[in-house]
Amino acid sequence: MSLRIYAIAYLLFLYAPIILLPIFAFNDATIIAFPLSGFTTNWFAELATNKSLHAAVENSLFIAVITALLSTWLGLCAARAGAMHQFPLKAGIMGFIMLPLVLPEIIVAVSLLVVVVQVLELGMSNWTIIAAHVLICTPFCIAILNGAFQNLDPSLEEAAMDLGESRFSAFRLVTLPLVMPGIIASMLIAFTISLDEFIIAFFLSGSSPTMPVYIWGLLRFPASLPVVMALGTILVAMSIILLTIAELLRRRGMARAGVKDKGGFL
Amino acid sequence: MIVSPPFLYALLLMACPLLAIFLFSFWTQDFMTLDTSFTLDNYREIVEKPIYGALLQRSLYVSSCVTFVTVMLAFPVAYFVSFHVRPDRKSLWLFLITIPFWTSYLIRVFLWKVILGYNGVINTGLINVGLIDEPLTFILYNVNAVIITLAHAFAPFAILPIFVALEKIDRSLLEASQDLGESKFMTFLRVTLPLSMPGVVGAVLIVFIPTIGDYVTPELMGGAGGKLVANMIQTQFLALNNAPLGAALAIVAMLCVTVISVIFVLINRRWLKGRS
Repeated sequence: MSLRIYAIAYLLFLYAPIILLPIFAFNDATIIAFPLSGFTTNWFAELATNKSLHAAVENSLFIAVITALLSTWLGLCAARAGAMHQFPLKAGIMGFIMLPLVLPEIIVAVSLLVVVVQVLELGMSNWTIIAAHVLICTPFCIAILNGAFQNLDPSLEEAAMDLGESRFSAFRLVTLPLVMPGIIASMLIAFTISLDEFIIAFFLSGSSPTMPVYIWGLLRFPASLPVVMALGTILVAMSIILLTIAELLRRRGMARAGVKDKGGFL
Repeated sequence: MIVSPPFLYALLLMACPLLAIFLFSFWTQDFMTLDTSFTLDNYREIVEKPIYGALLQRSLYVSSCVTFVTVMLAFPVAYFVSFHVRPDRKSLWLFLITIPFWTSYLIRVFLWKVILGYNGVINTGLINVGLIDEPLTFILYNVNAVIITLAHAFAPFAILPIFVALEKIDRSLLEASQDLGESKFMTFLRVTLPLSMPGVVGAVLIVFIPTIGDYVTPELMGGAGGKLVANMIQTQFLALNNAPLGAALAIVAMLCVTVISVIFVLINRRWLKGRS
């Protein structure tokens, strides 16, 4: 019983910042502190007219969509290889691919910065950010897709090939539908990570900032903080919706693959 | 081979850049041009100037504290979800635990400033209740604030590996221990805890290693005395235009973290043996 109380208190600790966010987003004061003064929706209205914010959001959406597609494709390759094939050094290679999960983001950022600027002598663009985001998102995609591929019987595909389908069409017609919920969940997670990632984007963005980089700039100006709160409220609401969809799909995928749900994204 | 696309990608965009930054750390920046002759000057500067040593020490201290606090706070929650939650409710609990982790990192860190600040939630709350007369100042713009904020940010990272390890424990072992006369508490100490150690070790590593690379939290929460090595790396690269020194700092930081992690795993290796 006391454990349950502790767990609920812990959840409150986890949610404390998120609960405060909408409170200040609707608060009619430029200072982010208690006591609250009154209700307003002005800060949301300001968001709608801010041109440079719109440009940053557009950038971030572009980066996040491409990242989601590429990292899910790479994750699909790795998860399929891990589940269905045997090859030499398998554990080592899979561990190597998962390594970005524990690599500090600043290390990824500065090492790619050095390569792009000094070695390749290229400029920064959205594509440099995409390259780095795909690297850090792929391990998460693999973790989710592994769940979808677990217990997926390889003989299903073999049966389809025995019945005259080519290797590719056997994959498309048999395996793909079974792992589809996992694929969509993986894309949603990669999208969410990329949209929210700041440390790497800060190092690798060119002249046009992404949304987190833009928010970072705003945090320095006290006057713009309420607008940041409004933006944050929208972002949190959106990511909760996306994550809920991803979770429901992940569960459906597990059910299709006939695995008992052990829960969790990781 | 189907595994080759992700493998090549990791090789090209992780291994090669890491190698590049390693080489880079042996070069020097000569105002606008790069001097590519091999030298240990950057490392010599890091060893000789006390500021770098101090920053590294503080960073390792903060990462260790964050890891300790996070894992200690997380273990009971993971234990609760694994042992006391109905099986069909477990994924809901894990989902609730992971949600805050995925939502706007920058704004979450900033809101801790609002919670801990001079006119913040905690201070106004405690003053209104009458517990304190003046705002507490030891929780903002210093190392404590950085530790609290990071412990919050990395919570799910610690809970999930411990939860997975606890889930793997064969429940009949616990019954056996109690049938043989151990109390519930001793069963926990002698059966559950040792069997959950692989998860605890995993949690420690997955919190300890990335925290060294965070510069958002020290930048926003740390004030003047709470800056960490990641802030210095960032400054060297983006503000001082001394990328080779920044690269050397990054290498040294990584090396310290790796050495400490390896030692930690070796100390705990008897808990990790013989289990898959």
